Formats: sequence, structure tokens, C-alpha cells
Amino acid sequence: MTDTKGTGPVLEAEGVHLSFGSTPALRGADLTVERGEILAVMGPSGSGKSTLLHCLAGILVPDAGEIRFDGRRIDGLGESERSALRRDRFGFVFQFGQLVPELTAEENVALPLLLGGMRRAAAVQRARSWFGRLGLDGLEQRRSGELSGGQAQRVALARGLVAEPEILFTDEPTGALDSLTGEQVMALLVSAAREQGTTVLLVTHDARVAAYADREVVVRDGRVNSYSSPRVGS
Amino acid sequence: MSVPLTLLGLLEREPSHGYDLKRDYDTLFGRGKPLPFGQVYATLGRLARDGKVVVGEAEPGDGPDRKRYVITDAGATEFETWLGEPVAAEPHLQTVLFTKVVLALMLGRDAERYLDTQRAAHLARMRELTEVKRTGSLVDALLADHGLFHLESDLRWIDLTAARLDALRTEVTTR
Ligand SMILES: Nc1ncnc2c1ncn2[C@@H]1O[C@H](COP(=O)(O)OP(=O)(O)OP(=O)(O)O)[C@@H](O)[C@H]1O
Ligand SMILES: [Mg+2]
Repeated sequence: MTDTKGTGPVLEAEGVHLSFGSTPALRGADLTVERGEILAVMGPSGSGKSTLLHCLAGILVPDAGEIRFDGRRIDGLGESERSALRRDRFGFVFQFGQLVPELTAEENVALPLLLGGMRRAAAVQRARSWFGRLGLDGLEQRRSGELSGGQAQRVALARGLVAEPEILFTDEPTGALDSLTGEQVMALLVSAAREQGTTVLLVTHDARVAAYADREVVVRDGRVNSYSSPRVGS
Repeated sequence: MSVPLTLLGLLEREPSHGYDLKRDYDTLFGRGKPLPFGQVYATLGRLARDGKVVVGEAEPGDGPDRKRYVITDAGATEFETWLGEPVAAEPHLQTVLFTKVVLALMLGRDAERYLDTQRAAHLARMRELTEVKRTGSLVDALLADHGLFHLESDLRWIDLTAARLDALRTEVTTR
């Protein structure tokens, strides 16, 4: 919990446009993400899901429109401010874990803490506490080449959550896994995020993965279609 | 779900009282819809009449359910035959969806809107089943997965259809 947390939506996109050269990827995308919700972003290939995620996370800057985090515009911030935001407040998990191959699994998990300025011993200790929780006991010293895809993805999940980010951005986190392993990763992701109160943006084209979320939106042709159903349960 | 054959399957495991059969049926196959006692005994009666089960001696003691039912060779054979047959591959819901989409296109209704609504309904149900899977027993999860895979295949069809609506509209309206 940080004192800057407001009560409104945690993340908003309004009228976001972005083109790559002459290719329009986003054409007036609107989205509101509530605090603590797990939101699935679905839609056909090439519809603009990843681009939208990158704009919301301050990785890409829209050509037009606004991105607000905690009610504050972030699309006008400079690269160093956005990078600090990503490091301090956001976590990321992508399709292929993207672990640093030279580091051990526990060093990979500790990385966001080290980058945030935590001392090495403390960071590694905190990183270690995730291994048992995610069924990774005994794999702390392995390098990414010595892990199965499912293990590497759980290490990536631990790395995404270790700094207790306010928002976890994930793009096809189970895309490279078989269905049973993918389901295990999703179940772990959802329970860890709920425990920490982390908001999750989950880009996926897989309906069974999206079913772990509280609700879904569909991106089509660079716009967000939010006919979606209301939140069920939770 | 075929109640007589399922009861035969439970009896193939071990001779049982009607009460035990009902309890196991409800737990494993009831999906929140318990089998009425009347139906259990009526079904067992028919199975006995047809020689698929025999009724054991009433055991001493009070209470309504002192009889044990035992499967016969004929019952066991029928059960094995049924178990080995694949279920008719019936894309049931898809047929209804298909009919509605074609009619909507033909009549110039908003087929995309209909598909979107159906998609949201499917996902809402998938969320419920996923929650059952996360919180329930392994048997609950098995049942939930069965439903999830079926809903998923419908959803794929919905997505593919949504992506081809313009072409479909042309084909349906120009014939
Ligand atoms: N770096 C880039 N340079 C040029 N064009 C790009 C770039 N990234 C994305 N695009 C284009 O922008 C559009 C949206 O792409 P985006 O990656 O957001 O789609 P997506 O919905 O994530 O697709 P997928 O499900 O295949 O990952 C596509 O037409 C794509 O070709
Ligand atoms: Mg993508």
C-alpha cells in the first residue's frame, strides 16, 4: 500500500491512437481498469492488444489520447520518468519468460528489487521466499537454460510480482506452455495477485486463460469493444 | 446422462443399497440435481425385471432400505458394451448458434452484436466453471474442465464466424 493510491480507476486509456509508420495499431482505444481487478484483454491477432498494453504500461507513447495511472497522466512524461514508473510500480510477465540467461533463477527473481535499490542479501532472501510458494523449491541456483518452460514461466511470474507492483502487465503468459502447465501458472498468478491486491492486465487470445480474469474486453481494429459481461462473483 | 446404465456401473463396482447408489450418483454425476429416491427405486425395479440386477435378501433391522442390489452377467455385459461405445459427436449448441446467426444475417439483423452477446455469456459461464475448478475437489475440476473445453470450442467457432460475417452475409442474402 502506498499513500498515493486513490479510489478511482487505477488505469485509464482515453481516445488512444498509435500508428507504426502508416499502420494504425490503435484507433481511439478507451479502457478503464478498476483497482484490484484482473482484466483479460482479448481479440484477434493484430488487433492491437500488445500495443494497448505497451501504451498503458508507459512503454510506448500514444500519438494522441491520454493514459492515466492513479488519475495522473503518464503519456506526457519523459522516458526516464516512465522508466522509473515501470520499475517502481509495475510488474511484467511476457510469453517467453525472458529471464536473463547469465543469472540464476533467484537472481532473476531478485532483479526488480536490486534495480529498485534494495541490498543484495535482502533482495535474494525475499526472492527465495517465492520459490516454495510457486512449487520451485530446489531450483534457486538453476540458470534459465536448465529450467523447463513451465518452471521458467513461474520464475518469471515471481519476478513480476516480487516487488509487489500495483499493476502486473502480462502478455500471453501461458502462450508457450501446454494446457495443464498453463493452468497451473494461471492459478498461481491469480492467487498471488489477489493476495497482494495487485491489479492484473492479462492479454490473451485463449478463452480458458481469460476465464481466470474477473471480466474481459475485446480489442478489434484498434478499438476496445466493451459490450462485455459484468463482473461475476469475485 | 443415462441413469440406468450409470447405476449399473456403480453396481459393477460392488453390490450396494439404493441409498448408497443415490448418494454416489448425486456426488459424482448429479451436477447439483439430485436423483429422486423414487427414480432410483423405479429404475432398480426395471433393471431387476429385465434381469440386469438381482435383489439380495432383506437384511435384518428397520428402515426402508435394507436390500442390497447385485449386478447380473447380463447387466455387466450391457454396461461394458455401453462403456466401450463412443458418444454421438453432437455439436448441439453450435447448431442453435448456427441457426440464429444465419437467420440474423438473412433478416438483416445485427449478427455481430448477437455473437458478441453470446461470446460474453460463454465467457461468463467459463469464469464460473474456472472458479469451481480453483476451489473445488478434483472431481469437480474434472467436470468443470469438460464443460470448459466444450464452451471453448463454441467460442472458437464464434470468433471465426465473427471474422467472416461480411462474406457470410453476402452468401446468405444472395442465394
Ligand atoms: N513494432 C512494430 N512495427 C510496425 N508495426 C507494428 C509493430 N508492432 C505492431 N505493429 C502492427 O500493429 C498492429 C497491432 O499489433 P499488436 O502487436 O498490438 O497486435 P496483437 O493484438 O497483440 O496481435 P497478436 O495477438 O498477434 O499478438 C498490427 O497490424 C501490427 O502489424
Ligand atoms: Mg500481441
